Amino acid sequence: MPPGITIAADAPELSAANTGFMLICSALVMLMTPGLAFFYGGMVRVKSTLNMLMMSFISLGIVTVLWVLYGFSVAFGTDHGGLLGWDGDHVGLSGLGVNQLWDGYTIPVYVFAVFQLMFAVITPALISGALADRVKFTAWALFVVLWATVVYFPVAHWVWGAGGWAFELGVIDFAGGTAVHINAGAAALGVILVIGKRVGFKKDPMRPHSLPLVMLGAALLWFGWFGFNAGSWLGNDDGVGALMFLNTQVATAAAMLAWLLYEKIRHGACTTLGAASGAVAGLVAITPSGGSCSPLGAIAIGAIAGLLCAMAVGLKFRFGYDDSLDVIGVHLVGGVVGSVLVGFFATGGGQSDATGLFYGDHSLTQLWKQLAGVGAVLAYSLIASAVLALLIDKTLGMRVSEDVEVAGIDQAEHAETAYDFSGAGGGTAPRAAAPAPAADTPQAQAQAQRNKKVDA
Amino acid sequence: MKLITAVVKPHRLDEIKEALQAFGVHGLTVTEASGYGRQRGHTEVYRGAEYTVDLVPKIRIEVLVEDDDAEQLIEVVVKAARTGKIGDGKVWCVPVDTAVRVRTGERGPDAL
Repeated sequence: MPPGITIAADAPELSAANTGFMLICSALVMLMTPGLAFFYGGMVRVKSTLNMLMMSFISLGIVTVLWVLYGFSVAFGTDHGGLLGWDGDHVGLSGLGVNQLWDGYTIPVYVFAVFQLMFAVITPALISGALADRVKFTAWALFVVLWATVVYFPVAHWVWGAGGWAFELGVIDFAGGTAVHINAGAAALGVILVIGKRVGFKKDPMRPHSLPLVMLGAALLWFGWFGFNAGSWLGNDDGVGALMFLNTQVATAAAMLAWLLYEKIRHGACTTLGAASGAVAGLVAITPSGGSCSPLGAIAIGAIAGLLCAMAVGLKFRFGYDDSLDVIGVHLVGGVVGSVLVGFFATGGGQSDATGLFYGDHSLTQLWKQLAGVGAVLAYSLIASAVLALLIDKTLGMRVSEDVEVAGIDQAEHAETAYDFSGAGGGTAPRAAAPAPAADTPQAQAQAQRNKKVDA
Repeated sequence: MKLITAVVKPHRLDEIKEALQAFGVHGLTVTEASGYGRQRGHTEVYRGAEYTVDLVPKIRIEVLVEDDDAEQLIEVVVKAARTGKIGDGKVWCVPVDTAVRVRTGERGPDAL
């Protein structure tokens, strides 16, 4: 961080309340990544459950280390041209003092860094839902490294870093509608355009193997999202964080109801998957917008997002792209809806005095800013992600072989099976009647070797 | 001896078990199975995609009986399994050469 020149009397002091709150919020956001793993993991077929869980979980490992090494510096270091940050003090988080505050706030830099880290972790994980069943785990791990470096860290700088172009333009993105959800959704589209469909797409029914797991994941996401959203105000010295918290609940509720209503009319049933998906669509849409809209506005934003996402998840079948678990249909569409609706529903009484079309002087100014942010992040992420996927595909290869995919990726890539409910085998009780083998003959030793099932 | 196999709706299991016990059958084997007959499957909806699920859950009940009891037992099973709606299942009967009680080594009808 540059040595900020502030007048002593104005310099914020460390707030224990805000710091404690932000540490808890960071832990809440951390929980979203395993939550997402369950949400996605339940939606795939039994044979690729572990792979789906691991694609999210590995991000906790990879991105955390990258963030310390250089990610925080690129995202939140001193601005260079509005596009990238960089700061020697931030590299390795080594030049930061224990008592140093994040510039202009009442929390230590360490807290800000760890809170933002959790965002950087979950964003690549979001992409994985589109790539179910078919991507080599090493290729995915490499993709996470490259994507975080080339796409997430810079885009986070654009949107939230002081000096980032979108930030300076006045694009409102409270907690990551563009930087997280549009970014991940567009990346998912870019990658699947390169790697193609699952074997049997549109032909074989690919039923979710565990809807309770999906529900559990959605619930953990919902819970963690309060930290994600309310925490993004970085403190509670005013009521904006509370407004965001409230709107998070309100929009999510409205979106779930809208999705279920659409499903009931269109398909005749209110499904569990619809409830879980609708909730996530609402969470996504309120992420950029919840600090600027009213609770009634949150109902509208949630309902619109729930309805549009419910309609959007069918597009993949019409256009023939295999967005396996609807990352585009839910996160890209939900992120666009929420970001664009800021231009209509911003009241001017929340995080800033900027107003949308329905409030204040009824101008389109904020809407244009929102569209600029949405368009730029979408285009950059789509193109950069497709290029990265293409690079990996031409070198390591992105996809597992067709045989492996059909047989189930878990065994080939992880050497494990998700569920073993079979009671057969495994009896180790010594049987008195069994003749004691003569262990000293070569034949007996060879036989014992063949019977040995554990090499440990 | 005869082996009677019934592939029926899972929720009829308790009725069938009670009917068999009342008849005097001492043991049976139940396996969870899936399949379809004339009813074909059913439709499930996942995020707007309607899937035809043609393998529906069934249970497979197997009972060994003495030859003389077979016909009567088939009637008992059919009666207990029937709901009158499509998808009630099938019951069939095949001859069995021998049977052995593992613990004692008894053979034939004594093993039942």
